[in-house]
This record gives sequence, structure tokens and C-alpha cells, in this order.
Amino acid sequence: MEEIWTGFIKAVGLITSFDPEVIEITRRSLMISASSCAIATTISIPLGSLIHFTSFRGKRALISVIQTLFGLPTVVVGLFVFILFSRAGPLGELGILFTPVIMVIGQVLLITPLILGLVISALSGVDKAVSETAISLGATRLQTAILTLKEGKFAVLAAVVMGFGRAFSEVGLALMVGGNIRGFTRTLTTTISLETSKGDIELSMALGIILLLIALSINITLNRLQQR
Amino acid sequence: MKKTGFLWLGIVVLISLLATTVGCSSESSQQSTKPLPPMERVKVATTTSLYDTGLWGYLEPMFEDQYDVELDVLYAGTGIALEYGMRGDVDAITVHSKSRELDYVAEGYGIERVPFAYNYFLIVGPESDPAGIKGMSPEDAFVKLFDSGSAPFISRGDDSGTHGKEKAIWASAGYEYGAVQSAGDWYVEAGRGMGPTLLMASEKQGYTLSDMGTFLAYKGQTELVPIVEQGSILLNVYSVIAGNPEKNPSINADMANNMVSFLTSDEIQSIIGDYGVEEYGMALFTPCAGAEPES
Repeated sequence: MEEIWTGFIKAVGLITSFDPEVIEITRRSLMISASSCAIATTISIPLGSLIHFTSFRGKRALISVIQTLFGLPTVVVGLFVFILFSRAGPLGELGILFTPVIMVIGQVLLITPLILGLVISALSGVDKAVSETAISLGATRLQTAILTLKEGKFAVLAAVVMGFGRAFSEVGLALMVGGNIRGFTRTLTTTISLETSKGDIELSMALGIILLLIALSINITLNRLQQR
Repeated sequence: MKKTGFLWLGIVVLISLLATTVGCSSESSQQSTKPLPPMERVKVATTTSLYDTGLWGYLEPMFEDQYDVELDVLYAGTGIALEYGMRGDVDAITVHSKSRELDYVAEGYGIERVPFAYNYFLIVGPESDPAGIKGMSPEDAFVKLFDSGSAPFISRGDDSGTHGKEKAIWASAGYEYGAVQSAGDWYVEAGRGMGPTLLMASEKQGYTLSDMGTFLAYKGQTELVPIVEQGSILLNVYSVIAGNPEKNPSINADMANNMVSFLTSDEIQSIIGDYGVEEYGMALFTPCAGAEPES
């Protein structure tokens, strides 16, 4: 108990004194996850609309596949990305293994199915009357899609936030393809993993608190938005 | 209901405020300390013991200053480090498993195996020494651990250099490694680095094989004491191997060679020899630039 308490006090000290290492790691984590979330969203919103508004054979099956990928294990994505981007692999020429870039790529692969699937459900949740009215008033397909997205914007936003949360909190992928290099690819989660294994509880706790606070604030913001 | 709503709103505002401050303050410091043009980078994969002892963390800024380069140190066991090297994902490796290093060089992945420091392995365990192996030879100690089959032995189990040494001791004691792995619950494969394995051994009141450096560096955090320290098999030699650009053209050969020169230079050798004296009361490594130490 003593250890937890002193650890907690030191952790709070590290946060409130804006310890440069803590700030740097937090910032890097936010940057990487925000980038991957932005890319995944840019892919998911148009693609999700396309899937929602077109009827084709196997649509239900496709949606089932996407939903299955919600729970894609991070280490499987990590393995896949590692093999692909290692120098000995097909995309090794790029030389981006163990850089932040590859962490973003991996996270995009990880969270795109999640955001995509949730965008599709968000659109399905919008009253059909909206799109039908729009079409009857002569709206183009693009206009109809934009209108429906606007109607379902809170659910779409929820999808994006869920995606960000998943990217932000995962550790397996970041460790495998980022390599946990100090000052370069070390994030909140990989630092916690490393420092705990080194027995440095204070830094781990400080970072854990920051991680929780950020996750909490995101979820609270989301809840408030949805209650409007 | 209304009140709690306000409370939540307050928390959200506070946290977002904190997040923005964090973002801003680090942005300005980032700009002042790090110019934007990407620096040359060099990657080295290292055995966990050279990292857990803090040695690489200590040497890293010196190397970066001397050669004006960003050094990326990847924490891996010797097995993984060799794998990264073979795939061309790192420019150099610092490892400790002689036979595998010689194979690595013979297969053309590395230029040359250059020993730069050594220390000794030791078997550590709880002070009470439940298996009664104190002062035995490493082989006899392993035989007794196997026969008694009660006191936990925590193996690295990660194909690292230390794990390789442990297997060598089992072989020398006359056991097939497969038989050891299936011998019972007392044999635990941690699958982690040296530091974490020591912490686990301490938690489980068990024995483990450790290099001297990591054991000393973790001494304050474990309740383990040295149990077996004598035996020629316990010699532990660290080498640096530069990757071979003929095998993997992407390798930064100049920097990899710089790393070899750096680690074997007189200045760094004496720093390695002094490393840990202040903090642990004794040196963690004995420098041995380029020459194989006698066991």
C-alpha cells in the first residue's frame, strides 16, 4: 500500500511539474493516435456512406466481416505490419519499421474497421425519411449522403472517438512495430509496459493517470455531445 | 442530477485545459531543442542486460554527440536482436551468445564479431536457499534443482543470450532441454527481459540465472542473493557486430562501423569499466576491447 501511495504522490508531482519526459511522451502518443484516427476517419466516412447507400450482393456479409474486425487483436496487426515492412519484407524498401510513421499505419489498419462499421450503423440509425425526402426533392446521391451524415453526426462522432480511444490505448502493436525507442517511438502505453517491467512504478503511474484522464475526458465529452 | 452535470463539465474543461497546455508547452520546447530537418539515424538492437543496467542509456548521448546522429536503441533479447539484424532492420547489434554470433557472421549477416566487455553469470535465489545449492558448481546446482523439483526456477525462456547460457548449463549437467521444460511446475519460462525475470523470480521466491550487471542494477528491487558464482561456464562476453551492407544494402554501414570503433575506443572502454562503481559499489562490466577474455 505504501508503494502505491508514494508512487501516486510522485506521479502527481511529475504531472503537475510538467516533467519534460512525461510531456514529450504524452504529446507523441496524442500525435500518433490523432494522425491515425484522422486518416481512418477520412477513409471510413466516404467508404461507409458508399456501402450504406448502395445495394449489392453480399452487403450483409461484408458488414459482418467489418464488425468481426472490431476486435482485431493488436498483436496480429503488429505481426502483419512487421512482416510487410521489415527490410526483408515486400515493403522493406521504404525503411519505415521502428518509426512513428509505421505506428500510424498499423493503427489505421487497426481502427479503420471499427470506425467504418460504426459509421455504417450511424447512417442506418438515421430515419429513412430523411434520405427519401432528399431524393424526392431532387437531391443528388452526394447531397443525400451529406444530409444523412449531418443527421447522424453525433453517432459518427462517437465512431471517431471510439477509434481514437482504441488507437490511443493499445500497446501490442506500438511495441512490435514502433520498437519503443526512447525519444522517438515511445508512447504512453509502451512506456508503462517498459517501466513497470523495470520496476519504475512512479513514471508508469504518472503516465497511467494521464492515459486515464485523457480517455475519461474523451468519453465525457462524447457523452455530453450525445445527450444534446 | 443537475449538479453532477456541472461537476462533469468542470472536469472536462479542466482536463482539456491541461491537455492544451501540455500540447503548447511541449511544442515550443520541441522547436527550440530539435530542428526540423530529419537527422541521420542509426539503429542498434541490444541484449536486454546492456539496457536494463542503464549502460546504453548512458552511452547513447555520447555516441550521438560524437557522430552527430540520432541513435535508436531497440530493447530485445539476443535472439530477437539477431533476427532484426538478419532482416536488415537494424544497423548493428550488441549481443552475448558466442556460437550464434559466429554463425551470424559466417552466414554473412555481420562483418565481424568484436567483443567489447564481459562479466559473469550467476545463479541467484532467495536468501533461505530452499534447494540447498549454495556454493555448488553451476552444473551440480542444476542437477539438484531438477531432482528436488520443488523450488521454482525462472527461465528467461525468450531465446536470449542468457537463455542460451542456461540451456548450455543444462546440457553440461546432462539434461535434454526438452526434458527440463516438461519437468514440472517448478520450471517457469518467463519469456521476458532480464530485469523483469529477476523481479518475477523475487516475487515467486525462486532461482534464476542472471548476468552480474542486471542483477546488481536490480538489487534494490529484489530479495534475491547470489547463490552460485563459481564456474568457468559462467563467463559472459558482450560483442558488437556491424551489419553487412552486402547482405542488406539498406544498412548504414558507416555508422555501424562507427559504433564498433566507439565501443572499443579507449575512452568508452574506460567509461564501461567504471560504469556502476558509483551506484552499485562495483563495476558491472570489465572492458576487453576486441579480445576474447580467458575463462
